[in-house]
Amino acid sequence: MNYTDKLENVTVLGAAGKMGSGILLLTAIEMADLSLKPENKGKHFVINAMDVSSEALHGLMKYIRAQVLKAAERKVGMLRTVYANRTDLIENSEIINQYVDDVMLLIRPSVSIEVAYHSTLIFEAIKEDPDLKVKIFSNINENNKKSPWFFTNTSSIPINEIDTKAKLGGRIIGVHFYNPPAVQKLVELIKAKTTLPELEEFVLMYAKNLKKIVVPSHDFAGFIGNGHFMRDAIYGISEAEKLAKDSSLAEGIYMINKITQDYLIRPMGIFQLIDYVGIDVCQYIMSVMNPYLPNEDLHSNLLDKMMEAGVRGGQNSDGSQKDGFLKYDKNRPVAIYDINKKQYVAIADIQAKCDDRLGTVPATIKPWKSVVGAPNKEEIFRTYFADLKNSNAFGSDLAKKYAVRSKEIGLALVNDKVAFNEKDVNTVLLTGFFHAYGPINDYLN
Amino acid sequence: MRKKVYMVAGYNTISMGTGRKEFNPKKERAGLEELIKEAGQGVLQKIGGAKNVDESVIGNFIASRFNRQANLAGFIPYIDEGLKHKPATRVEGACGTGALALVEGIKSVLAETADVVLVIGVEVQNTVKAIYGADILAAAGWAKQRKDGHAYFFPGKFSDRAKAYQEKFGKDKTRLAMATWYKNAIENARLSPTAQEYHNTSTDPHKVAMAEPNPKGFVDSLNVFDCSKVSDGASAIAVVSEEGLKRIGIPLSEAVEIIGYGQAEDDITKDPTDPTRLETTSIAVKKALESASITKEQVGTVECHDCFTIAGIMAVEAIGFANYGEGIDFVIDGNTSRTGKVPFNTTGGLIGWGHPTGATGVHQAVTILEQLTGKAGEAQIKISPDRPYGLSVNMGGDDKTLTAIVYKKA
Repeated sequence: MNYTDKLENVTVLGAAGKMGSGILLLTAIEMADLSLKPENKGKHFVINAMDVSSEALHGLMKYIRAQVLKAAERKVGMLRTVYANRTDLIENSEIINQYVDDVMLLIRPSVSIEVAYHSTLIFEAIKEDPDLKVKIFSNINENNKKSPWFFTNTSSIPINEIDTKAKLGGRIIGVHFYNPPAVQKLVELIKAKTTLPELEEFVLMYAKNLKKIVVPSHDFAGFIGNGHFMRDAIYGISEAEKLAKDSSLAEGIYMINKITQDYLIRPMGIFQLIDYVGIDVCQYIMSVMNPYLPNEDLHSNLLDKMMEAGVRGGQNSDGSQKDGFLKYDKNRPVAIYDINKKQYVAIADIQAKCDDRLGTVPATIKPWKSVVGAPNKEEIFRTYFADLKNSNAFGSDLAKKYAVRSKEIGLALVNDKVAFNEKDVNTVLLTGFFHAYGPINDYLN
Repeated sequence: MRKKVYMVAGYNTISMGTGRKEFNPKKERAGLEELIKEAGQGVLQKIGGAKNVDESVIGNFIASRFNRQANLAGFIPYIDEGLKHKPATRVEGACGTGALALVEGIKSVLAETADVVLVIGVEVQNTVKAIYGADILAAAGWAKQRKDGHAYFFPGKFSDRAKAYQEKFGKDKTRLAMATWYKNAIENARLSPTAQEYHNTSTDPHKVAMAEPNPKGFVDSLNVFDCSKVSDGASAIAVVSEEGLKRIGIPLSEAVEIIGYGQAEDDITKDPTDPTRLETTSIAVKKALESASITKEQVGTVECHDCFTIAGIMAVEAIGFANYGEGIDFVIDGNTSRTGKVPFNTTGGLIGWGHPTGATGVHQAVTILEQLTGKAGEAQIKISPDRPYGLSVNMGGDDKTLTAIVYKKA
């Protein structure tokens, strides 16, 4: 396998989506850096940004330009060396602009699938629909004479199944980026039984160049990331529904979102995370995973009802959050949807009552933001969880139960041979979900 | 000096930029116009208004690029209508601009073409990201060296100097001295309400500044704490004759007398003869002390050009307070702190107060004026009678455009 040759003609399918745009950005930068190496002079690099929406491609190109500019500003020192022989480029601004031009020149936006017929590498980041993926892969495979490699960003569909159905002969591997790909460090790597070894070799090199952390997962529906997240979400929903019995659903959602964000010191509460990913996406992923899980029912009636009510969450093309379980003002939750009443309830109206019910917060609690990068965070968590353990307040009990459940989910992933080991589960939560600590820990022992 | 020259009525705007609580890079803030007006009016109010001013000098390094604005003399009448149709001159000498503006004022008084000169220095640099600001500030060096220079051109230059100094006199001790310099700067700035680091709450600035440099992200031998920040600010002062002093009605007790000054220039196309020394600085200081007929032992406080901590340490040696290679000991032993033998940069200097490049030389004069006349507020140091003089050293470029001024309470 020649790494550079493989990257000379690439297509990103679903390039204008949240995941596709990030993959396009990172790959285009990697390709540009290769093209600027003296040994690659004369080679012709192309990356097709394919998406069904012409309008979205327009926004995509603006997004990519802005992001490449930021990347160039960060690495201008290195770029000064790259362009050392260009006597016309003197100032940082000139060098940065040239680099942006050089990256943008590689990218060709397109609405037609035919562009992929000439590519040696296909990144797929389209809708999480097994049949659609199989159909598109088969189509490309039949029309592309270069025996292309397929890198799918699926977060739930077994790779083996796609390989078999699309007849790719092992030229497929799961390369699951986390949202947003330009920020989250994690890439889950999923080999099917049939995956050719050179694909893995390539992905490891590619991920290393992108400074990503690779965690291998067994080829089991949902892999590690969604294996944890979807169960965590189901648990959160059921807990909120339980609390709703002697209050309202909005209050239950408020309390569980607060428990999962503040008490468990996570970057966002579980309901905000569901909104972030998209209620529709969560529902869909569960439906993809569920048939593979004979001993459990990964399904939520509440998600179905939310979808029926047309409340979906997800993000606008500018990255701002759409309303879902929570209503957002400048990306901050301000109200909570009560499906029974079909309306949002202002947080301000229920906050005091709910906080009162949750009781005294352990004194050593810290916001996620202040601990995630702290060098002594291990010590901070030990102190805090010891405090939490000793607290009998209602909120503390909910938090403890939640942490225990999260750990159980993690351990089951190892037992069920989804994750290779406990460390991998923790790494996925740390680097794909930005948690400050792994779910498999002994803080509450 | 053939004639008595005084400075009075100093004024500083806030040095605005990261570190100040009010600073938000995304929000609009005072620009050139507002800062010039604020500083200019600050002085005019103390000297009886624009009618008392004979001429004005405005120092600015490079508004032509930071703010797309040249012809800054045109902002002098904007301060006050009373300045309309009076003479105004803009001067430029990179980061050494402020002191050149002061010297213009001094020379006008000496030449007897003016009795009251309003001198302003101003720079507004937060208009672009630091990585582009580095391009603009690089104009203080030779443009033909830009291509081979560091992305952060001047930090690169002084990093090279720090490296050479460390290789010669010890890496660890030099780092310790640079961190001590930073700590002094922060402690002093916290006493000056207009300082950029006034709101600094670090519990251990010395420890913070001991951070290893990160050559990949920045430069080889300096960390970010070794560097003055990006600042917006203006400073102003009045340079007056004896007659001028009477005209504006300010008592001698509120004035400093300019006892002497020295200027020196080096070839911008040449690298320093010895990167471990500030040769031009030492010559300018020597000239100033000779012109004032005093020795360095009589100097009670210094405002030096610590655009980088290493530049502060080398200035200590260039002035002669420490032998070559011993500036680090002098600093580590606390001699330059506000309670030390010769307090340096008592309102924070360029590292602590801020470095609005074209204003810095004027800010130095304002600080010395405040210290020698007992008006430095919380930042006030004790001036002992056997060391009554103040000294300011303002540098443009990499030890190229130097001005040193000697002051004494009038």
